[in-house]
Amino acid sequence: MPGPRRRLLGLVAALLVLLALLVLSVMIGSTAIRPSVVWDALFHPSADIDQFAIRDYRLPRTVVGLVVGVALGLSGALIQALTRNPLADPGILGVHAGASFAVTVAVGVLGVRDIRGYMWFAFAGALIVTLMALALGSTRHGRSPVAMVLAGVCVGAVLGGAREALQLTNPDAFDAMRSWNAGSIVGRPLDLVWPILPFLVVALVLALAVSGPLNAMALGDELAAAQGVRLAHTRVLAIIALTLLAGGATAIAGPISFVGLMVPHVARWIAGPHQRWIFAYSVLLAPILLLASDILGRFVMHPREIPVGVVTAFVGAPVLIALVRRKKASGL
Amino acid sequence: MSTVNFGRRVLVLRRGRIAVRLDWRPVVVCAVLALAVVGLAVLALMTGSYQLGPGQVVSALTGGETGLVHDIVVEWRLPRVVAALVFGAALGVSGAVFQSMLRNPLADPGVIGFSQGSYTGALLVILVVNGAYWQLVGGALAGGMATALTVYVLAYRRGVQGFRLIVVGIGVSATLGSLNTWLILEAEREQAMAAAAWGAGSLNGVSWNQVVIGGICIVVLLLSTAVLSRSMRQMELGDDTAASQGVRVSPARLGLVVVGVALTATVTAASGPIAFISLVAPQIARRLARTAGITLVPAALVGALLCLAADYIAQHIAPTPLPVGIITVILGGGYLGRLLFTEARRRL
Repeated sequence: MPGPRRRLLGLVAALLVLLALLVLSVMIGSTAIRPSVVWDALFHPSADIDQFAIRDYRLPRTVVGLVVGVALGLSGALIQALTRNPLADPGILGVHAGASFAVTVAVGVLGVRDIRGYMWFAFAGALIVTLMALALGSTRHGRSPVAMVLAGVCVGAVLGGAREALQLTNPDAFDAMRSWNAGSIVGRPLDLVWPILPFLVVALVLALAVSGPLNAMALGDELAAAQGVRLAHTRVLAIIALTLLAGGATAIAGPISFVGLMVPHVARWIAGPHQRWIFAYSVLLAPILLLASDILGRFVMHPREIPVGVVTAFVGAPVLIALVRRKKASGL
Repeated sequence: MSTVNFGRRVLVLRRGRIAVRLDWRPVVVCAVLALAVVGLAVLALMTGSYQLGPGQVVSALTGGETGLVHDIVVEWRLPRVVAALVFGAALGVSGAVFQSMLRNPLADPGVIGFSQGSYTGALLVILVVNGAYWQLVGGALAGGMATALTVYVLAYRRGVQGFRLIVVGIGVSATLGSLNTWLILEAEREQAMAAAAWGAGSLNGVSWNQVVIGGICIVVLLLSTAVLSRSMRQMELGDDTAASQGVRVSPARLGLVVVGVALTATVTAASGPIAFISLVAPQIARRLARTAGITLVPAALVGALLCLAADYIAQHIAPTPLPVGIITVILGGGYLGRLLFTEARRRL
């Protein structure tokens, strides 16, 4: 296991890479804009067309990428620690499907077209599905991670089908939902991030609070209980944090798969099995992955753009396959 | 010759030197399922905007009617009913093959990504080539087969292990799913709607032509499955045990993969992916017949019954006519949920 010094250095390096990507994400696009113009746009605003592009398009996109990335990465780390399943992903609990379904109901049935309106539906949908998976997965002997995950998969599949039924019977809803369902960080105004942000901060604090007990739970429920960990308490807090993070991210960006799966593994390779370090690394590595995928998506099919969710899926599936082909998936 | 008593009643059929031992319960269950299938088929042939009586349907089927009633029953409604039955049976058997081979009740050609692959192939044909129907079928078949091959090769590491095949399949499936979403995103609205409707799985506009071609393929594949089913039964005991019993495990497994994928791909090409039947039918069949493992004939009958019932609901009971795939997802997903909770509860 790497020493604390190396872990800290790695964390600093990750932070520097993230900062560099933030700058690149603002600068690079269909037209390259000089760094001086970027600087002016941020600190000496004027009516210049390039400044407009930066303030109204690239800056929100970058901020959304950062926030969504942090949320996805941390939610992935949480769910893997919670289920002790190295192949778990926030999508597995049906959170994405729940949010998608709620948004489709809002857009298609209730006619909520404003993104500020339907984002709350996504949030509520994600929350309800997680609670449902939790309730359905609970057994008499306390909540079991396996049953919970299976419950999430089922709920997700059923809600996915119901969403499809709604979309097919309502062409307008179908058209409006197409881009949201692909998972993208484009065209999401910053106003959309602010209401979600407090929830994400709360979730961040909760995640850090449960990281210690989750360490003990990695040894097994009985051992953790013997060490004085309140199992139910820890699980509930972790699941609240998980829902807020994954639900918030989905509300803003739509379903983006594989970020929550990949990042905690990379974090474990670098930082070893300590949950607090894994969480810290996930918080930095996930936005790195997301922003890099987004920048990549701007170039591959230039001048058209590929939504970041498609890029992460194409990067993520090989990682998943490599994981399962290794003799032993990195232990939890 | 004394018979071994397994503690349950057994039906023994003898004809000269050949004797067949059958458990009573599966035989009775299969008979009841077959009756239910026939009853539901007659009901489906009766129902529509022009209502018919059971007598009219039976006489139309036996050639006793001419004119409008004959056209409605034989030309319009029968192809769809036959398609639902044949496709449902094919999906049930395909699911049974995969679940038996991978020894996992969650193993399903849809979960492992073959349906997504077929969908990708069909989408490319619809959106890029703007092709005719037979091109769409070809695209779907090619896409499904290519995906199956990719998953098999990626999961291969000194043999194919069930768990690895499933996880690789989920990964490939998710990638193709996001690719499909993006393809629909890039398309014009009308094309995208058409593609999405096909992708939901629908028996709308199935004609005799398609039913006959698809049906012949499926019958051939079902016969091949029956031939392979003995090795399949042995392999449920584990690869080593099966090998020690004289089963050539690798060729048998490859054969089963090809047959299972081909069954799903044939159905997908004709109707779009109809989800969950292949997942649910073998499990329902196993519970009804109370057999220890996966059985093919009850699975086929349950598959046919489910598909026909889902199509009936999609056509006549839903507020607007829906693709049958949507109904199977909702019904099958609900059943699957119940099944998993009880299983998980028992095991944990």
